[in-house]
Amino acid sequence: MAYSDKVVDHYSNPRNVGTLDKSSTEVGTGLVGAPECGDVMRLQIKVNPETQVIEEAKFKTFGCGSAIASSSLATEWVKGKTIAEAMTISNTDIVKELALPPVKIHCSVLAEDAIRAAIGDWKAKNGVTETAEVAVAK
Amino acid sequence: MNTATQMQENPPLNAPEGDQIVPSVTGEAGTAAHGVKLPIYMDNHATTPMDPRVLEAMVPYFTGKFGNAASRNHGFGWEAEQGVELAREQIAKLIGATAKEIIFTSGATESNNLAIKGIAEMYRERGNHIITEVTEHKAVLDTCKRLEKSGYRVTYLPVKADGLIDLEELKAAMTDKTILVSIMFANNEIGVIQPVAEIGKLCHERNIIFHTDGVQAAGKVPVDVQSMNIDVMSLTAHKMYGPKGVGALYVRRRNPRVQISEQINGGGHERGMRSGTLNVPGIVGFGKAAEIAREEMQQEGERQVALRTRLQQKLEAAIDYTHINGTMEHRLPGNLNMSFVYVEGESLLMGINDIAVSSGSACTSATLEPSYVLKALGLGDDVAHSSIRFGLGRFNTEAEVDYVADKLIDVVLKLRELSPLYEMVKEGIDLSKIEWAAH
Repeated sequence: MAYSDKVVDHYSNPRNVGTLDKSSTEVGTGLVGAPECGDVMRLQIKVNPETQVIEEAKFKTFGCGSAIASSSLATEWVKGKTIAEAMTISNTDIVKELALPPVKIHCSVLAEDAIRAAIGDWKAKNGVTETAEVAVAK
Repeated sequence: MNTATQMQENPPLNAPEGDQIVPSVTGEAGTAAHGVKLPIYMDNHATTPMDPRVLEAMVPYFTGKFGNAASRNHGFGWEAEQGVELAREQIAKLIGATAKEIIFTSGATESNNLAIKGIAEMYRERGNHIITEVTEHKAVLDTCKRLEKSGYRVTYLPVKADGLIDLEELKAAMTDKTILVSIMFANNEIGVIQPVAEIGKLCHERNIIFHTDGVQAAGKVPVDVQSMNIDVMSLTAHKMYGPKGVGALYVRRRNPRVQISEQINGGGHERGMRSGTLNVPGIVGFGKAAEIAREEMQQEGERQVALRTRLQQKLEAAIDYTHINGTMEHRLPGNLNMSFVYVEGESLLMGINDIAVSSGSACTSATLEPSYVLKALGLGDDVAHSSIRFGLGRFNTEAEVDYVADKLIDVVLKLRELSPLYEMVKEGIDLSKIEWAAH
């Protein structure tokens, strides 16, 4: 199977690989997928408590090249965004950006899930409710 | 919808200009450290390159000696027939059969179909039960499934963790309705060699026909249809450095005489078992390939075992959490099937794009299911997803093995840095205790 140049680029030079301190209240961690399915993504965000801006994002992924690329791209995209903005990233954006073939769409879905799971974890830790978040975003 | 500014804080790490990760099949061959030519072919269970000596033997049969081997009344036909009959003898000699017991086909898939359907049909009055195993090639499994639809009963024996069947289970599965046992000689993924002689003995004691798919074994390890009590065996040329598109079926003629209903009608070629004009150049090449394989088998087998041991030792010395799939004790000389746990197979293949090997990962299959062979060993799907099949062959060198080992180590270590599972295991987390969300 041929990979798009962007997938190859993210696979060869993955962005933001690493680990944030998951016990920190500023850090949200999303762990999605399952080893037996061949895909596990862990995406972590560090959020500024004042502005709700994602200041740092890190990932580690077990999966195919497209899964690695999707999560690498996801970290690039969430950085600098507010929590509310990051919630608008959808898997179809990732599919488009990486030119993923149909058989690899699940990789993009997983990356979107990872973003949402990380945000969900951060919200849970900080007791942020949906309305509060919207207020800040506005 | 997405308006993210794409900030790229991290500059690309080591991306040389024009670094291309996708292998180009037609691309120029490169030269790397160790002085090897790239790309390296190490997937010899899929197919083998043709030996130049085989090509040399075939060439005259395309133009000058182009006759139809079935033409009885002129020299062109006789010449072609001579070539075919020599090949028949060469192939028979490789497996301890007689020339008359070799039927030519288009390849192993046809041979397996002909054997199983042909025997099932011929012996229908004797019984309707067939025994095979779960790790057979699809050419056997799908054929058996087809027969199940026409009233046959098929037992699919499981395999043990080492990849071998349990002879006691085979014995227990045999009934007075059993007409055929079809168990492969050597497996195409994990290279394990079944206890063929013992299976043959059990079958003959019970008057059951024993068919074996000998595609991976013939020409690689000693095969003797007499001492092993093999009645019918599928063979193909392209797994033994011969041409594609030509196979054979060995069909025993005495003790007992095995009969097979033809599946292709039209002319009664090949003793009525397989009609159709013979692929004379292909058959000549098959014969030559069999001859070379027989003459060089012992020496070549020892050479491949040494290469494989070198590869395995290098990998195991540098990488933790590796797993060998299937027994090493009963195995084809050129096969190594290894899982690099916590690294997904397709991503590994992507990183070693100048090396041709295979993976049991789901992502490399059309069905998105990991290898059914590896699953049959009782391996977790995650281990199956991490597997690489190395198929060493006649033309692989020690320098190539060193290059492959170094490259693989490099990529596995890099991907382990990326792997959340590896990090968790290193921290002492039990992955089986985590509630994963299957997707």
